[in-house]
Amino acid sequence: MNRLAAITLTVLLAASGADLQAESPLGTWVRDAQKRVVKIYGAGGLKGLEAYQSGFLVSPDGHIATAWSYVLDVEPVVLLDDGRRFESKIVGFEPSLELAVLKIDAADTPFFELKEEPTVDWGDPVIAVSNLFNIATGNEPASVMQGTVASVTELNARRGTFKTPYRGKVLILDLIANNPGAAGGAVINSDGQLAGMLGKELRDSTTGVWLNYAVPANALRTTIGDIIAGRKTTVINSATSTLPRKDSHNPNALGLVMVPDVLEATPAYIDTVSTDSPAAHAALRPDDLILLVNGQRVDSQRTLRSLLRTIDRRDNVELTVQRDTQILPVTLQP
Amino acid sequence: MATSISATSISLCSLFSLSLAIFSCSSSQAADPIRLDPALERVEQSRIESVARAVPSAVSVFVPGGGGGGSGVMISPDGYALTNFHVTSPAGSFMRCSMSDGNVYDAVIVGIDPVGDLAMIRLLGRSDFPKAELGDSRAAEAGDWCMVIGNPFLLATNLKPTVTYGILSGVGRYQYPSGTLLEYGDCLQTDASVNPGNSGGPIYDATGKLLGIVGRCSFEKRGRVNVGVGYAISINQAKNFLGYLRSGRIVDHATLGATVSTEPEGGVVVSNILESSDAYRRGLRYGSEILEIDGRVVQTANDLQNVMATLPNGWRVKMSYRSEGKTVETLVRTMGVHLEDELLKKMAGALPPPPPRPQQPGQEEKDPDPKKKDTDQEDKPGKNENKPPERVPRGQGPGKPPLKIPQQVKDQLVERKGFANYHFNLAEQNSFIDALRSQFPAAEKPSKNLPADEKMAWLIKGETDQTPAQPVRIQVAADKMSLQIGQKTLKIDKRSDMYDAVTDGSAAGLLPALNAWRRMLNDGPRKFGESYYLGTMPLGGERPLRDVMVGIAGELEVRWLSHPDTGAVEAIEVFADRDEDPAELWLLRGGDSKGMPNALDLRYGIDSTLKINIKSWEEISASELEWPADQDNANNVGNSNLKSVIGVSPNTNDQHEVKA
Repeated sequence: MNRLAAITLTVLLAASGADLQAESPLGTWVRDAQKRVVKIYGAGGLKGLEAYQSGFLVSPDGHIATAWSYVLDVEPVVLLDDGRRFESKIVGFEPSLELAVLKIDAADTPFFELKEEPTVDWGDPVIAVSNLFNIATGNEPASVMQGTVASVTELNARRGTFKTPYRGKVLILDLIANNPGAAGGAVINSDGQLAGMLGKELRDSTTGVWLNYAVPANALRTTIGDIIAGRKTTVINSATSTLPRKDSHNPNALGLVMVPDVLEATPAYIDTVSTDSPAAHAALRPDDLILLVNGQRVDSQRTLRSLLRTIDRRDNVELTVQRDTQILPVTLQP
Repeated sequence: MATSISATSISLCSLFSLSLAIFSCSSSQAADPIRLDPALERVEQSRIESVARAVPSAVSVFVPGGGGGGSGVMISPDGYALTNFHVTSPAGSFMRCSMSDGNVYDAVIVGIDPVGDLAMIRLLGRSDFPKAELGDSRAAEAGDWCMVIGNPFLLATNLKPTVTYGILSGVGRYQYPSGTLLEYGDCLQTDASVNPGNSGGPIYDATGKLLGIVGRCSFEKRGRVNVGVGYAISINQAKNFLGYLRSGRIVDHATLGATVSTEPEGGVVVSNILESSDAYRRGLRYGSEILEIDGRVVQTANDLQNVMATLPNGWRVKMSYRSEGKTVETLVRTMGVHLEDELLKKMAGALPPPPPRPQQPGQEEKDPDPKKKDTDQEDKPGKNENKPPERVPRGQGPGKPPLKIPQQVKDQLVERKGFANYHFNLAEQNSFIDALRSQFPAAEKPSKNLPADEKMAWLIKGETDQTPAQPVRIQVAADKMSLQIGQKTLKIDKRSDMYDAVTDGSAAGLLPALNAWRRMLNDGPRKFGESYYLGTMPLGGERPLRDVMVGIAGELEVRWLSHPDTGAVEAIEVFADRDEDPAELWLLRGGDSKGMPNALDLRYGIDSTLKINIKSWEEISASELEWPADQDNANNVGNSNLKSVIGVSPNTNDQHEVKA
């Protein structure tokens, strides 16, 4: 019933405006949402790779949820709705949700609460707030668009059609929300509650059709909560001390031959796997990208080596790797 | 608005039962008509009414001969419509337009604003066109419902415009110039579908009032179709330009002559300034913080650019700034973004002349039905949208017009360099001189019957506004003028004296102003010199916008600013040098807008130099004037400056200061 009702609800939203004539029908709804949405600037700027995306505040202490993407390859700069500019820190990310959580040094920020239950169903009217195309700069409010949740479904019905590691339910939107820079933007229901986070641009590999979708807020809730509470932070634990070389792990001993380390921050891609090594036993493959070591973020091969130095060579190593669009947990046993 | 949200939630609950009702109706195939919730019905009805109100003023523009097209919107019953420059540019001077009444009208170009991407056209053949009601785009907010009506993909070949609906996604947006032109400042962003062919068309608010002119989209990699981001030139910007466009000119945008930057802790600070700019003359310096311009607070460099981008070249607007701890409220004259020839050159470079379709000789005659011709374009929807049209080789011999221009268009088309259509400028010049001749002093019955060949002269008597008042006698004849204040006299008997009077900031600067007025009445604009109607602008930073007529004679450029309703001249400005303050002669009137001015106020910068209360103003034969003898106290302005004589101390500090 909800869905039938909602088809007419969009009209009703207009109603409140038409009745009030001069007043903005969506005014406060929109403005409240805009205040919680931020602009994020980071890596990119090369051909076809925009160096910006969107995010939204999820705690009063300056925690920001956003899409996990190449933009975050450097510590990003965050601009709040009021134009204030902050350096941010990536405090956690979950590759399988394509979610990252940033933290800025701000207090008493307005934020979205994440509900345990789904806040929208198909047919419900929503607004999407993001900085698509980087139209808003400085203190200009993010762009707002309106439409309807067309369906709540899974993307992997036809495997490989959409290249994303995300496997859960998505909100398919009937508005053209997922444009460059919109990833990490907020989708809001008619009560002003967070309904979902706009995902990265996805295109059907066979038809070339661009998808407009969001990851539902309740799917992100636990992970965001864990990251904020420090239970699931991917920040490197600086308290752990480096062990003597002979007592710690290293890539070679685990059977990992990485791609040549030629950059300031070369991604931790596996080039080859030595036979009969812990890596081989765990079925790691060339081109796997190591994202996490014991839950800590690997932003480069240098980080990978220094993290392995903190682990006793007799202990297991827990890896999270990305293989094409899959996110895999892997345990290496020495 | 919190109330509106909760109201929405309540309605949502009530809708559960409503939708149940709909459901049961359809499943049981009941014969009863579906009943809508009255609230819902009211809303739907109001939306239908708004669309019905808006659609009649939407115009679909077609480039004759299949050069593409776009949209437009009617803003006056006598056929004036707004569209985009990039829509009219492939058409050149004439196009065909359809409206929802099912008719196709010939249209002629009126004026263009290549920088702001606006153009005014005139549809011909009716004096009772349905026009849009202009809204206030400054009052619009993100989240407001809006609708775009127009000719996407040139679908309106069936003469029915397309309506798309959405919300404003953002207001006060700035979009960088595309190429060298087409800068969109302070524009509206919408998620209502905007596609190629919508360009130039109207965006209305939910009640059907005109909010702006749609013209641009973000496309990038998804091809040239709507991706949820369209931009519209705000109607408030368009309002600023209506007078300029009506002049038939190619108009330019404004700049302060200064560059600014946003300070890290906020504030717009001048980082560079041209010494020849009026802003510099008004005391703006490197490091000054600009607070407000044209009544709008600016806090970032973007804010300032947003305001400036909506102003026409040459406007004088209010400005306040802070410099060395003092806040200064002043007026500033803007300068053009381009030099005149530079703009023409850029236009030629950015948008080549229309690509006329190769046409078989005689085809025109065989195919007299204009509607049929328009449908030829279906296969080329909006190909000139947002992009310079492809160069198509002309299929015709040189000098031969590619298309037959209808006679009624020809009647309203005069080509001239610097003008989109000089015809409309001539019309404005005529109404200016008519208004000038129907007001004081020309409208007065001549006190004596002058011989026809007798040169008319003015004798004005009054006294200064000081205490004690000094008697003033002003004589203005064709080749000789004088200003007597008390015992002192200033006289002008050659042209260079007029120039010097203005550049010296002399009290005698009122003489060239009065003389220009007298001569314009005598000779009319065609004989005055190079004359043209400029458009409308504020007077002293104040609205309503005044009609401005320009006359250039010799080294002096004279501007008449007249009230838009009464036609009464309110100020005459005489520019000797573009980089210096003009002499401004303000005509202060009481109730009777066409009668004798009560007082004359001569100003340089923003300071009054001389104020004269008028007692009499006679039109007499030049031979009746009594010229003062050349004696010690009769100064030729070329040699002297009367400021000290009349007790006005030379004062270069013309800023009105208020406490910070």
